[in-house]
Order: sequence, then C-alpha cells, then structure tokens
Amino acid sequence: MSIDTQLRFRKESIAEFSKANQEPDWFYEKRLAALNAVNVLALPALEKTKIDNWNIDRATPFLTEAKTDSTEGLDEVVREQIDERSVQNLVVVKNASAVFAAVSDELKAQGVIFTDLAAALREHGDLLKRYYMQAVAFDEHKLTALHAALVSGGVFLYVPKNVEITEPLQAVFEVSGDEALLCPHVLVVAEANSRVAYVDTFVSAQGRQMVSNSVVEVFVGAGAQVQVASVRSFSEEVHDYTFRRAVVERDGKMEWILGEMNEGNSVANNTTVLKGSGSAADTKTINVGTGSQRQNITSQVQHIGTHSESNLLSKAVMRDEAVTILNGITKIEKGAEKANGEQAENILMLSPKARGDANPILLIDEDDVKAGHAASVGRISEESVYYLMSRGVTRKEAERLIILGFLEPVVAEIPLEEVKSRLRQALERKLAR
Amino acid sequence: MSGVPHLQIKNLRAKVEDKEILKGLSLEIKGGEVHAIMGPNGTGKSTLASTLMGHPKYEVTEGEVIFNGEDLLEMEVDERARAGLFLAMQYPSEITGVTNSDFIRSAINARRGEGNEISLMKFIREMDKQMALLEMDEAFAHRYLNEGFSGGEKKRNEILQMMMLKPSLCILDEIDSGLDIDALKIVAKGVNEMRSEDRAFLIITHYQRLLNYIKPDFVHVMMQGRIVKSGGPELAERLEAEGYDWIKEELGIEDETVHAGV
Repeated sequence: MSIDTQLRFRKESIAEFSKANQEPDWFYEKRLAALNAVNVLALPALEKTKIDNWNIDRATPFLTEAKTDSTEGLDEVVREQIDERSVQNLVVVKNASAVFAAVSDELKAQGVIFTDLAAALREHGDLLKRYYMQAVAFDEHKLTALHAALVSGGVFLYVPKNVEITEPLQAVFEVSGDEALLCPHVLVVAEANSRVAYVDTFVSAQGRQMVSNSVVEVFVGAGAQVQVASVRSFSEEVHDYTFRRAVVERDGKMEWILGEMNEGNSVANNTTVLKGSGSAADTKTINVGTGSQRQNITSQVQHIGTHSESNLLSKAVMRDEAVTILNGITKIEKGAEKANGEQAENILMLSPKARGDANPILLIDEDDVKAGHAASVGRISEESVYYLMSRGVTRKEAERLIILGFLEPVVAEIPLEEVKSRLRQALERKLAR
Repeated sequence: MSGVPHLQIKNLRAKVEDKEILKGLSLEIKGGEVHAIMGPNGTGKSTLASTLMGHPKYEVTEGEVIFNGEDLLEMEVDERARAGLFLAMQYPSEITGVTNSDFIRSAINARRGEGNEISLMKFIREMDKQMALLEMDEAFAHRYLNEGFSGGEKKRNEILQMMMLKPSLCILDEIDSGLDIDALKIVAKGVNEMRSEDRAFLIITHYQRLLNYIKPDFVHVMMQGRIVKSGGPELAERLEAEGYDWIKEELGIEDETVHAGV
C-alpha cells in the first residue's frame, strides 16, 4: 500500500468514527483485526480479470453526512429511485452516514427491525453479532478486510419467525464527492417461515475517483423466503466491489434479481449456500457493458443440503470496447444427494471490439445429482430484425426492442415499480450512448 | 397507405447466394383483387413473397417492382411496410421479452408517426375486437412475441398483426400449412373481413383447400421460378382435381422446381 493510503486509513480515524457512533467493543475490535489483515491479504483471484491497478483504497472513508427528516431533503439521484407515496420503509445511505430511515409502525409491531447499521449496532448489537460477517468472513481477501475495517452506513433487516411482509422494503445507497468511499454492509436475517422482499439501488452523484466496497449477507431461516433485488448504476468515476452471500436453511428459498448497470469497473460476486435440505436458490443477473469498462460478475451456488435446487441465469449485452467476464459456478458437495443445479449464461454482442466471456463451471462431488449448463455468445439475429422491420419499425427500433427484450425477463421480476422503471431508463441510457 | 394499391412486378429475377430462384416473373395486382399463387414445392413461391418484403437473404438481379408508383426494390424493409405492404410469414421469428401487444402498438405507431400515436384505450379496444374475431385467448396479448407459440398460434398471430396494421397489400405465405380445418376457417374469416376495394391480397399456397374459404379472383401457377399459367378460380379447382401433371405436360416441363436446367 502506498503512503497515501496509510494516511487515509489510519487507526485513529477508525477509532473516532467507531466512538462517535457508539459502536460495541466487539465491532470495533473486528475493525482493527480487519485493518491488520488488509496489509497481509491478497486481492481476490478473479477469472480473467486483473484488478491490481483498479482503485481499491484511494478514497476517503467516514465522510459523514447530515440527516434529513423528509425525502425532500434527499439528493435528486436518490429521490428519483423512490416512490414518494410509499416511503414508509426506506433507508437511505450517503457516503458513511444513514441520512434517512423510516419503518412503519405496523412492521415494528410485528417485531421487524429495519434500520441503518449504526442504529442497529447501538440498539440490537447482540443480535447483529450473531450474524455480522458470518456468511462472508472479513479475512477472505484484501477487499473484505478493507470492508470490515472501514464499514460505515448500511442496513439491518430482521424478520421474526412466521412474519410475512407483503410490501418490498427499500434502501438507496449514494456515493458523492471526489474520492468518496461508500462502504455499506447489508445484513438480512429472515427467521423460520418468514417472508420478505428487499430492494436496493446504488447510485452516484457528482465526484471523481470514487470507490464502493459493499458486502451483503442474507440468512434465510428454515422455510423462509427472501427476495433481494439490487440495481447498481454508478457512474464511470466509481470502481465498485460487491460481495453478496446468502445462507439458506432447510426448505428456505433465496431469490436474487440483480441489475449490474454500472458505467465503471465492477467486481460482483454473488453466492448462495444451500445449506439445508430442500433449500432453493434462484439468481438472475443482467449486465450491460459500455465504453471501456471492465466487469467481472460471478454467480455461484454451493449445494450442501440434499434435494437442494438452484437456478442461475446471467445475461449480458456488450457494446463499445467493454469487457465482461460472466462466471457461473454450480458446486455440489459430497452428500448433497438429489441436488439439482441448472445454469445459463447468455451474452449478446453488439460491437466487434467488445468482449464477453461466459464461463459455466460445474463442480460436482456427489453422484446422485442433476446439473446442467448452457452458455451462448451471439449477435442480434438478422432474421429477427427483418421480422420486426417487416411490420414497419425502423432497424434502430427493431434492434432496441430485441436488446431490451433479451434483458426483460429479468427486469420484469423486480418487485418495485419505481426501481424497475429506473432500471429500464438506465438500460435505455446505456444502450443509447 | 391510403388509396387503392397497385403492384406491378416486371420480369423479376432474384437469387439466394449464387442460386437463381426467381427467373423472370411478372404479375400485376390491383386494389380489391385477391390473387392466389399455387404450385408444387420448390418452385419459388415463398421466395417471391420474401423478395417483395425485402428479406436480406434474397438479391434481386433483374426486373422491377413498382408499388403505387414507387420503386419498391429501392425501399428498406420497414419503408415497404409503411408503404402498405404486409407479409404473413410462414416461419415468424420468436422475440423474447417483447410482448405481442407492445410490439403491435409500436408497429402501429411507426406507421402513424410521431405526435399521432394511437391512444391506449383505442388500441386495447381494437386489439380485443380482433382477438375475439380470431378466437385467440386474451393471454396472447401479453405473451412474448411468438415465443412458445404452436405453429397454428403463430399463424393466427400473423393474421392478428395484419388486422391490426391494416395494410393495403397483404401477402400470405403458406398461412394454411399446419392449420387444422377449424383454425383455417378462422384465419379465412379474418382475411375475408379485411377484403375491400382499397386492399389487395396475394395468397401463396400449395393446397387448394384454403381457396374454398377465401375465393380468389385470379389463380397463378408457378413453376421453375416464374408464372407458367394464370386463370380464374376454376384453375384452382382443376388443380385440386387433377394435380399439376397436366400443366407440365401442356408446357413440356419435366422438372418443375427452380433447379431445372441447372
């Protein structure tokens, strides 16, 4: 690490921030352990992507922001992500601070906790301790260590046993200002037989050379159902690293719907551990590569429980000189009898200079299983363009319809209308450049 | 699109890759007329349909096609459509993620132009009406375009698009293949509903049975990439009864396909 970084990440600033937020001792100690690990650990090994020269730590942590009582006080890039009529359950994080947090009385009465990370640490520290960085370990690699050392802002969602929440809960994360760091931790705990959908969006305001390093951990209890939809649409000034992991108990179901719409370099790893028997995972990811951005997106499922089922679907559209490495990993452990893992990666190439790699990987250590994969890299079918044009739409419009249609089966699954329409706009913007 | 359509094909020659398929075909079609083109497989019927629509695979090497006074062959596929041409295809593409109704609305609006878009209510009313006439389940409006449709459903969907777009020259390419008799009657009902003085039809088929339900004014027989015989509806009936051999005999044709003489 450079001297510059050491100055930014000195121990004292961690202590100050931790103290100012009245964090419990165990949390502060974890920060320090992680900080020590930062220098020893290597970057994660990524398939066909070298991130040594990406911006990992040249950003300023703990940029605190003022709270606002109403959504009117939020920045424009955040406001456009939310439906003003239904902001009962919303957490907004800007840089290192939660700037807005609301949860309905109805949910509170059912014992649901939906709050920002700092408040959760003060009010529910012991509960948090049982789960925080248990799915993703702080010392997996340099990036998780950096995350645990500098974590600030985030969301804690706890759903008690048997509680079913019908309306999706929402969070928006904003990074703003030159060299700002966004380092949020999202922790979702769904107890047995509960049900919840959580939607978040990651956006950036003005600023140069920003970094986002986020971790999402989801614990799906026995028979619980959790849906997490996430849309990232950072500007090209943000280098984004995100590690998401869900652990699913017996008969639980985890569903991921992910829109990777960043303009800048991104690494995303999305893993579901199917621990219990009869557990299930469904992961859908879409990605549009534009400009000269580099992206490495991994969707992974680990089958441990018997009769566990998984489905991975990743779709990418590649333009300009962009490069996307799309990895799908289905791992079936010894003993996961009758497991069934399916995966598909489809890439639509729109430019001869772009590169899209689909890497389906099946790792199977058990005999009595089903597993399959399908990968394709193709161009827009001239036959399809002809068909649409023969009804009177222009070539440009025909191609637009085909590209958006290619991604639509995933977009349509997003449970919040505002987020869905913003994602469609982000898509249109990326495709119209 | 307004006015009475007039299509004039003169000595049209077209090839796919290096193989000539249309070998000097001439035909004139006017508003109010229904023309049927019949002929055995491999005689160039579908190539004629695709060439008129502008499929990129077919290259015109000679001849001209004038549609309403304009050179059709100079126009892009979408321009031909907006000029009033419609081709109900034998194998329509499946387009993921684009719903039938969204697409038809885009196509209607592409014809109407910016600022003159069809109102949503009017569109839905029209769509409901035509789908009812074609006995299509409402769910088809919201399904992805042709995706997972059976052969018969695709054909019906082609006719639905035709009824919604109201073109002035409708070309039906083997719309009857793969249809059972009930579906055939429904499709014919849709076509008959649209017959008018302002519209012309070119129906390509190799079975006479479709023509029991859609009465043609003119019947043409295609062999070796050109029209070899023309007549009225009675020609279709004779073909049904006697097959094509008598024509081959009459004209001294041994191999009726486009490969003949190659």
